[in-house]
Amino acid sequence: MSTTDTGTGTGVDDAAEALSTAPREDGDTAGGSPNLPRLGVLGWLRWFWRQLTSMRVALILLFLLSLAAIPGSLVPQEGVDPVKVADFLKAHTTLGPIYTKLGLFHVYSSVWFSAIYILLFVSLAGCIIPRSWQFVGQLRSQPPRAPRKLDRMPAYSTWRTQAEPEAVLASARDTLRARRYRVAPGEESVAAEKGYLREAGNLLFHIALFGMLIAFAVGTLYKSDGNKLVVTGGGFTNNQTQYDDLKHGAFFEPDNMAPFGFTLNAFHATYERSGPQKGTPRSYAADVTYFGADGKDHQRTIHVNEPLEVAGNKVYLTSHGYSTVVTVKDGQGNVAYHGPVPFLPLDGNVTSQGVIKVPDAVGKDGKRDQLGFAGLFTPTMAIDPVNGPHSTFPALDRPALFLSAYHGDLGMDSGLAQNVYQLDTSNKNLQQFKDAKGTPIKALMVPGDTWTLPNGAGSITLNRIDQWANFEIVYQPGNSLALTSAVCMLIGLAGSLFIQRRRVWVRARRTEDGHTLVELAGLGRSESRKVAEELAVLVTAVHAEAPTAAEEPQEAQPDSVPSDSLPHEDHSDKEQA
Amino acid sequence: MNIAAGVNEHMAQISNYLVYSAMAVYTLAFLAHITEWIFGSRSRVGRTARAVAAPAATASAPAVRVKQRGGGTAVLDRPKVVTRDASEDRGATDGPGAAGGSEKGDLYGRIAISLTTLAFLLHVGGVLARALSVGRAPWGNMYEFSVALGMVAVGVYLALLALGKNVRWVGLFLITSVLLDLGLAVTVLYADSDQLVPALHSYWLWIHVSCAIICGAVLHLGALATLLYLFRDGYEVRQAQGRLGKLDSMMERLPAAASLDKFAYRINAAIFPLWTFTIIAGSIWAESAWGRYWGWDPTETWSFITWVAYACYLHARATAGWKGRKAAYLCLIAFGCYLFNFYCVNIFIVGKHSYAGL
Repeated sequence: MSTTDTGTGTGVDDAAEALSTAPREDGDTAGGSPNLPRLGVLGWLRWFWRQLTSMRVALILLFLLSLAAIPGSLVPQEGVDPVKVADFLKAHTTLGPIYTKLGLFHVYSSVWFSAIYILLFVSLAGCIIPRSWQFVGQLRSQPPRAPRKLDRMPAYSTWRTQAEPEAVLASARDTLRARRYRVAPGEESVAAEKGYLREAGNLLFHIALFGMLIAFAVGTLYKSDGNKLVVTGGGFTNNQTQYDDLKHGAFFEPDNMAPFGFTLNAFHATYERSGPQKGTPRSYAADVTYFGADGKDHQRTIHVNEPLEVAGNKVYLTSHGYSTVVTVKDGQGNVAYHGPVPFLPLDGNVTSQGVIKVPDAVGKDGKRDQLGFAGLFTPTMAIDPVNGPHSTFPALDRPALFLSAYHGDLGMDSGLAQNVYQLDTSNKNLQQFKDAKGTPIKALMVPGDTWTLPNGAGSITLNRIDQWANFEIVYQPGNSLALTSAVCMLIGLAGSLFIQRRRVWVRARRTEDGHTLVELAGLGRSESRKVAEELAVLVTAVHAEAPTAAEEPQEAQPDSVPSDSLPHEDHSDKEQA
Repeated sequence: MNIAAGVNEHMAQISNYLVYSAMAVYTLAFLAHITEWIFGSRSRVGRTARAVAAPAATASAPAVRVKQRGGGTAVLDRPKVVTRDASEDRGATDGPGAAGGSEKGDLYGRIAISLTTLAFLLHVGGVLARALSVGRAPWGNMYEFSVALGMVAVGVYLALLALGKNVRWVGLFLITSVLLDLGLAVTVLYADSDQLVPALHSYWLWIHVSCAIICGAVLHLGALATLLYLFRDGYEVRQAQGRLGKLDSMMERLPAAASLDKFAYRINAAIFPLWTFTIIAGSIWAESAWGRYWGWDPTETWSFITWVAYACYLHARATAGWKGRKAAYLCLIAFGCYLFNFYCVNIFIVGKHSYAGL
């Protein structure tokens, strides 16, 4: 669209030079050249570098970055929800492998996504570093001298006065200095500039982007993030073996884990009791006793939005559920197991599933006969033909435990890792307890109940219901750098968008008839009418000191009426980068 | 975390009545605007505006009022500031507005603005009553978010009018879109007044979500201006070629394409830092609630995409070869990302931002 980007020697471009350190676009002029010289390797590299650091390519990369981020929000991500990824792979047997090859399950660490943002940052560096030097140079030098034809400037004013030129210029200098302009020394004219903070803000914003990138990288490389389910009364100490699962970055060192731990004393939850959102959780609170690097015990309550901060780690409360406290006696009448068994919630009303494994049970005959129970726990029990046993409210209003029992070999000695929340019922050596007719027997228990298994195989007593809470323990360095960068980005952005950079020139020279011709001109971004408004204020101030000569006819101004036929200059539209 | 307060059903009911009343009055304002446009197209001024739209003289030169200090004796010539507009416009002037110079049309336009103000007050009342009924920030679900967003959009429009800015042209389009927004809110997105899940119990709800609402409202204004810019720009091209269509009697009453473009840019650029802050505030909240400041949750991802798209627009606006229509399309895409984030991500994609029904 614009073909007048480069100067035509009218003076405006010279004056506008370095009003912005934005890179010059050379696409328009270089593109049409018919006989390009042959490029060597170095030439190609230079060409590639020039292209990469041009605004046009930066724009395209920016747009590609937003496009590339889209699939990550539509396809399940391993880092966000690995279960969903597994489900997706099961459901889509043709698409799944293709997606895996394309890295669509971890978009934000994929090669192509990384390539885009790395190129973008290289492009940014190639733009910002020279601009920073240029800006330092501008700060060290003075505002450029007044161009010869001030009337070509976007805002211009002139009058004749009887005041001495020196007096006019001195008054202009004082006025400009009072308005916090930077004023360059000069004889016949005054050059002043204001709004350096715009470019400073622009640079600050873009440099802060690098800070953000570094913070992100540090956070990803050194991060550790694990979960621990803790039953009321139970505890945790920060050690790799204590975690239920632990994800960590490439530079994570298990030996350097911070020493801390905590005990869960009690857990409190409240739920909406009525209305359409009945059953929705309203508050969760976990009372803990914790110790940090100092080794002393402290009391705290952890809420959902208020993690415990200890020894550089953060402990978040992420979920909760119920655990049944049971006593299992074996065929010999000995207590084979006593303790809490956590059940995992299946739905919003905390219908929960769990298993009780008793590997140490001994049968009536004195031989090893392991016991296993698969159960469904409902805090508020209800049974209907469609849903079977289920919970209708998440609080412990009518707790009940539905159990079916197994005996034989739990398969725990096979050496393979077992899920503690599942019973391997496909195991042939594990038989379900059945009645005389051969139908599996089941029990419905409320706290205090004891279920005696057939054939003197033992019994199980439901002592009481406890709660458990799941904690996420996160160590992520670089957070403060990220926050600092974010604040710098904001400050820089505000500066670069809200501050105007503008120049004002004042010239006063004696004319042949003994008067003084005063000229004021302003230059800024074309977006704003503020330059003219500001110049008007300056004119008012200077004019008060040097009023218009009384007998002067207005028409006598030399060559200063701007006309539409002049080629307009596009001097200020490349402020941003 | 406090023990959740109950819900004042009575206040909730009042809030619903107020929102419905606001919608009714907005509809009247909409009709008044339509009448304004109809009278405008009938007016002779409107019709001849086409013929008058010759290349304009130099842009307005603000006269400098020189104060005579110390009781100056003579009233002298005041030096004027001559401005030279360097922007690349076609010399097209701003249209006369919807009423097109017709007095009746103008009257209906004023009636429309009065009705809009009344509806806005009802709207504010509705949001306040909702807040009182639950004792928390009135933007905890999609319904409340939409209602608050509409309120802020109209509020910004009325504030700009009150400041004497030339924004009357956007009236009809804004009211139409606000009606659509409210209609969608009360039918599809409606959720009863209720308390929030524990994850939303935070003062960041006030900061993060209110900023998102303000950004949405202002970006919406910017997108409307950009859309009208595209239409008006097409009109100016057709006008230059001398082949005007039927709907062009509407286009000619809009401000010049350059003015629309400038308005859209200013409003988008002004709100961009706030959108940045919204994302930062959300990150700080996520850090304290979920254990990480950034986790590529779908809503986070789309807020990032929106941010990058607007960054694209702001850069394109300043790059030769991209400014003008191309930048305008980028602006519309960017606002489309915002809308996608609010509607599609919340409804169709499950993420951590989905709460409380819808």
